[in-house]
Amino acid sequence: MGGNAVMTFVAFCIDHQKDIFNCLVRHFQLVGISVAAGMLIAIPLGIFLSRFKHFALAVLRLAGMVQTIPGLVMLGFALLLFGIGLPPALFVLSIYAILPILQNTYTGITEVEKSYIEAAKGIGMTNGQILRKIEIPLALSSIVGGIRTSVVFTVSWATLAGLIGAGGLGDLIWTGLSTYNTNYILAGAVPSAIVAIALSGLISIIQKSITPRGLKGVSV
Amino acid sequence: MIEFENVSKSYGESKVLDRLNFRINPGEFVVLIGPSGCGKTTTLRTINRLIEPDGGKVFINGEDISKVNPVQLRRTIGYVIQQIGLFPNMTVEENIAVVPKLLKYPKEKWQPIVRELLELVGMPYKENAHKYPSELSGGQQQRIGVLRALAASPPIVLMDEPFGALDPITREALQEEVKRIQKKLKKTIVFVTHDMDEALRMADTIVFMSGGKILQMASPEELLQNPADPLISEFMGKHKGAPGASLTAGDFMKTRVLKASRKTQTLQSVELMRKRDVNSMIVVNDDDTYAGTVSLDTIKALGKAGKEIGDMMEDQAPIVNLNEDAHDTFEKLYTSPVGYVVVLNDDKTVAGLITKTSMAKAMGEALWGEMLS
Repeated sequence: MGGNAVMTFVAFCIDHQKDIFNCLVRHFQLVGISVAAGMLIAIPLGIFLSRFKHFALAVLRLAGMVQTIPGLVMLGFALLLFGIGLPPALFVLSIYAILPILQNTYTGITEVEKSYIEAAKGIGMTNGQILRKIEIPLALSSIVGGIRTSVVFTVSWATLAGLIGAGGLGDLIWTGLSTYNTNYILAGAVPSAIVAIALSGLISIIQKSITPRGLKGVSV
Repeated sequence: MIEFENVSKSYGESKVLDRLNFRINPGEFVVLIGPSGCGKTTTLRTINRLIEPDGGKVFINGEDISKVNPVQLRRTIGYVIQQIGLFPNMTVEENIAVVPKLLKYPKEKWQPIVRELLELVGMPYKENAHKYPSELSGGQQQRIGVLRALAASPPIVLMDEPFGALDPITREALQEEVKRIQKKLKKTIVFVTHDMDEALRMADTIVFMSGGKILQMASPEELLQNPADPLISEFMGKHKGAPGASLTAGDFMKTRVLKASRKTQTLQSVELMRKRDVNSMIVVNDDDTYAGTVSLDTIKALGKAGKEIGDMMEDQAPIVNLNEDAHDTFEKLYTSPVGYVVVLNDDKTVAGLITKTSMAKAMGEALWGEMLS
């Protein structure tokens, strides 16, 4: 029975490989664009907050609050703002992608030991040089960690995008749910789970490879 | 030449620097010392403008440094801090070359500098240049910290308690190295410490500060001979007279000693001594004051069961007060017929015993730190 189900699923996948592939590509696009947008906003904002710490608490709280709004509600708002299709989905996903990166950028930079900053300043680095040569390299591992969390989140949130016609693996899942077709559901769910795990692993490897030898084994 | 002219700095109500006036000559090794909060570190940090004074001026070679761009200024002044602050994301070579690179030296110029400097502290380039700070010992890290400060050949180097976090042996080695390098390269060094030993060892001139003011600025010799303030003499306390002069009998005694009342009976006393594996013990009066000593041999020779030990006491053991000078105590110990000295508190109660073992242990601890018992 179980074997049979697997067989049917595999057969289904082979039949629909073109659809599945297209959905997968779209899913990658959704994740890629929204995480990129998230980075573009969160990293500079995190750096800014680390310079002006009195804004930090308020901004991080606000970002945390936004994060607690259920995805469906956010999609609803986005739908009202942008109508149906890709734009509202990218908007919502980008917003969700911001928080982990923002938080990790901010803590990564503020947790750089004060003695390094003191030494850097004392030997004549400008603020920009301290940021580029000391703070960002030392916070990099933490920032990449934030990106990884963001990617994993976004891969799963992106399945919701199918609801508002933005495509992606969610499309298959929603089709399956509305037609009681398990194969459609699995064809969306299994690849998205694999993608999440694979990307998380890949980013972990990148994270390790960009950490200089001097920092390995040292918690940052 | 560094000159301070009426330099003041306050944080809120408290005055950290109070109209400082002094001058440091080229090639001089100046140590700023004083109790914590005396303003020594603040003084140091005004020289590279990490702190801006509220009043007065600092001149370097006649130039008012408040008119110099602080970043440019700092690149011409070496800076070493207690926490070392080597950049953990850079190798030893990159750390040393950081200021030359900021000054846009080409690689052909900075690489030989790195090589030469590593040679100077006995850390061969080949083995060390490509290590990361976390792969070095504390002493090696601070050597690199010093080299980083020297790399762009600044005429002035500021050092803020650079050896404070190192163990005594490493500290001494580094003190010697820095002194040697300073003489060889003819640097002006301004050095902050709270360790008078270090100040006396390294300084050409000591600046003693308290409450944001200079109490005395003089050579180590002059400071030792004519301290200008009681606080200075107090700070140097242990450096006056012979070494170890401040040690007392109390520093050498062991406090776990066997005591018994003079009414204790012979058999019981023998049992007590056997249990502790000693062959004599201290006898005390009812008010706990010292009465004498009694030994196993005496009890064996004179004692009968049921007799009180108060009747068999001896008074051959030398007695010293807790605060007695260590040197005198030693002499008494050497001449003691019983091989130990009894140490008494001011109220004549027993504080402890000094034996040759307890003395050797205390001496060892004074020299090498805590010993295993």
